[in-house]
Amino acid sequence: MHMANASEPAIDVTGLVKSFGDVRALDGVDLEVPPGSVLGLLGPNGAGKTTAVRVLTTLLKPDAGTVRVTGLDVVRDAVQLRSRIGLAGQYAAVDENLTGLENLVMVGRLYGERRATARQRGEELLERFDLVEAAKRPAKTYSGGMRRRLDLAAALVARPPVLFLDEPTTGLDPRSRLEVWATIEGLVAEGTTVLLTTQYLDEADRLADLIAVIDRGHVIAEGTPDELKDRVGGERLEVHLAEAHAVETALGALAPMSDEPPSADEETVRLTVRQRTGTIVEAVRRLDEVGVAVDDLGLRRPTLDDVFLSLTGHAAEAIDDEEKAA
Amino acid sequence: MRRLVSDTLVIAERNLVRLPRAPDLLIAFTVQPVMFVLLFVYVFGGAISTPGYTYVDFLIPGIIVQNIAFGGFVTALGLNEDLHKGIIDRFRSLPMARSAVLAGRTLADVVTNFLSVVVLIVTGLIIGFSFDASVAEIVGGIGLLLLFGYAFSWVFALLGLLVSSPESANSVGFLAVFPLTFISSAFVPVESMPPGIQWFAEINPFTIMVDAMRALWVGAPAGNNVWGAFVWSLVILAIFAPLAVARYRRTAGR
Repeated sequence: MHMANASEPAIDVTGLVKSFGDVRALDGVDLEVPPGSVLGLLGPNGAGKTTAVRVLTTLLKPDAGTVRVTGLDVVRDAVQLRSRIGLAGQYAAVDENLTGLENLVMVGRLYGERRATARQRGEELLERFDLVEAAKRPAKTYSGGMRRRLDLAAALVARPPVLFLDEPTTGLDPRSRLEVWATIEGLVAEGTTVLLTTQYLDEADRLADLIAVIDRGHVIAEGTPDELKDRVGGERLEVHLAEAHAVETALGALAPMSDEPPSADEETVRLTVRQRTGTIVEAVRRLDEVGVAVDDLGLRRPTLDDVFLSLTGHAAEAIDDEEKAA
Repeated sequence: MRRLVSDTLVIAERNLVRLPRAPDLLIAFTVQPVMFVLLFVYVFGGAISTPGYTYVDFLIPGIIVQNIAFGGFVTALGLNEDLHKGIIDRFRSLPMARSAVLAGRTLADVVTNFLSVVVLIVTGLIIGFSFDASVAEIVGGIGLLLLFGYAFSWVFALLGLLVSSPESANSVGFLAVFPLTFISSAFVPVESMPPGIQWFAEINPFTIMVDAMRALWVGAPAGNNVWGAFVWSLVILAIFAPLAVARYRRTAGR
């Protein structure tokens, strides 16, 4: 068996191509994830995120490129690899008619464990994921967050060193999202390598050490969240006007402060400014000169939303649901 | 090979454990066929002439065959649901035997088919059905029924993988199986049908299967029917099991 050594990336993807008919879902993707770190694969629906996860977890065969996980090739060593990875999907793939414990025992036995061992591991996981009270209830009685936790538990049955999470919090309420985030952070603290896909920029910002932005089958940017924000550069000035009809006047007055044209929606004007010091005073003075009343204004660092917008020319959630149809 | 057997048993267990928790399916196996037996015997029975037999003795082997052919519906519906809910993805990401998913499903059908055969035999005995057979013939008949049902489970497995939703599995299945079972000797003697339909009924494998059951259970002349039914079951199995497995590999590998 091939042993993964410390210097080798946990996930190593070179030139990955995968097409469905005429559509190139992945068009030459390169990724490298060091052991014990979290890669956030960020992109709109239809960008190719799910396809990438399906290739990495041996569900789909790549058309071209080499894809290795813990040093094992996803095509040649698929059988061996499957016992080293965990997958939790956006559908929360648990059997609704089985109880939480039955689900975990079934998965454990399909990993080749004896019933007693699988049961012991299942109970351990239920405890860890705070599902002990629900252990003997069919999963169809669970809330969305509980199902997602059970799905995550099922992915961890074999203690995989590499975990793939395909949109782990899509469709969850804010409280369940925080719970799932905390769980993922706990796993990472124990040394698990995680690749997670998400369309939520705050999720990537909080969880990921590295982010790869993917759009139309290409990785269009890579780096730490801070690096990506620095690439977009500049502070954002946001001005909320007292009256919406003054927007045009305000745009004209503020335009000289920025190298890029400012944008506006309703009574909010936004622009990227060159420097932080003196900006607020200058903005207030300029607006005062043209007689525009200000309700509120402030400076903020760019968010990953700004990164996404400037990289792809469209907002993260604005794209139609293409990928699920693929 | 040991993995295939143990994984198949795990999947079969999964499909059986969930049954009592989905009462609609349990009703489909038990209450519904009993209702059909009662309707046929007490509503149509008086108007159908079955020389040499009471209508109950004529009907029970036929309706059990029809029922067992429908037993595989659970496989069609279940596989379709598993595909759409991502459960097949989970199975495929595990180091388990690939074919165990289909093998476990169809094996679970054998158990549920046995259950519905028992329910129908008991119902029949209560309303006047009587065996004209040795214990070996009765047991052999049950074995033949389970083999025939097992073969049909693979037909339904293929159907469940081909259609886009459980609803369409339901309607396609009904459209295919209903005429096949009705244009056979299951409910009325073939001789009473018009010539064209009679020709079809005579070569219909359902007729052969039903006649085989009558030979085993109520002393009808056997002819080649028992062997014929056995061979038909094996042929259906030999055609549809590989087709379903191939389709499973393709569908799941999208």
